[in-house]
Amino acid sequence: MDEVKIIEIKKSVFADNEQDAASLRKELKDKGVYLLNLMSSPGSGKTTTLIRTLNLLKDKLRIAVMEADIDSDVDAVKVKEATGVDSIQLHTGGMCHLDAEMTRQGLDNLDLARTDLVILENVGNLVCPAEFDTGAVRNAMILSVPEGDDKPLKYPLMFSVCDLVLVNKTDVLPYFDFSLERCRENVRLRNPRARVIPICAKTGEGVDAFADWLVDEVENWKNC
Amino acid sequence: MHELGIVFYIIRDVKQVAEENHVKHVSAVVMDIGEVSTVIPSYLTDCWRWAADKEDLLRGCQLKVNTIAAVTHCDGCGRDYPTVQHGKTCPHCGSSQTWLLRGNEVEIKEIEVSETLNNVS
Repeated sequence: MDEVKIIEIKKSVFADNEQDAASLRKELKDKGVYLLNLMSSPGSGKTTTLIRTLNLLKDKLRIAVMEADIDSDVDAVKVKEATGVDSIQLHTGGMCHLDAEMTRQGLDNLDLARTDLVILENVGNLVCPAEFDTGAVRNAMILSVPEGDDKPLKYPLMFSVCDLVLVNKTDVLPYFDFSLERCRENVRLRNPRARVIPICAKTGEGVDAFADWLVDEVENWKNC
Repeated sequence: MHELGIVFYIIRDVKQVAEENHVKHVSAVVMDIGEVSTVIPSYLTDCWRWAADKEDLLRGCQLKVNTIAAVTHCDGCGRDYPTVQHGKTCPHCGSSQTWLLRGNEVEIKEIEVSETLNNVS
């Protein structure tokens, strides 16, 4: 009879990634580089928001962008053309998220000595990216009005890991059954610390508040 | 959808443990998966079969999943309740000041190794 030996492991599958992420964060701290992980569902307006924001900030901060997608380089090209900001495309090779190791590989392609802020546009998805710490200083997400104000209830983990929630496409509020107040309450239930900023990337309304938040964040990261 | 990514993580960890213990083949990997971990066991085992069979160490290796029931604790009344049934709101007192006690695990519990195949002691 074949004897079976049991080797106990008892280890979270995410433990290694969390270690990688923590050491990446420390390196970024030493270099004075702020990394923002921006997440959302596909089509919420991540790239449009980014372009607006970069145009407000590019004279104040030295910025680079990493676009993560399963395939194509349309976002990286679009951002570079619209803003002139350095933008690289990362391919996840079919994976639905980036982890800390993939993020590090992306950062290796940037001139970090001459960068204050790196914005990582994660794969459009409200489930998987929330599970994997990328090593970013902060997580932000965009929730667009057509998606509904009940999203924090349906995707609790995403909202609980985000420090900032941008509510985008406020120009279409009159046409949707979306209440900003209900949305704030639903976010608060999942994460009382998260800040909510309503924006409209198309008209630019509210984007300055996001830009100001970023400037403060980068300043604090470099000096504290 | 992120099950394949998780499978790659499991394989990496199991390979490392196998190497440390001089194991040449693993016959089963036992996982503890929480009910609200967002990992779907059937997707996980499907992805596992596809990826594990590409590795000599794990060819034919079974992935066994223990489901950990999700339990939430209520700070309002101090009681615990099943998370899947009631979500964030306490069924006893209606409070939403609640937090997950367990049920979020994605853990490798242990691996099983055949002694005759590996000649280990």
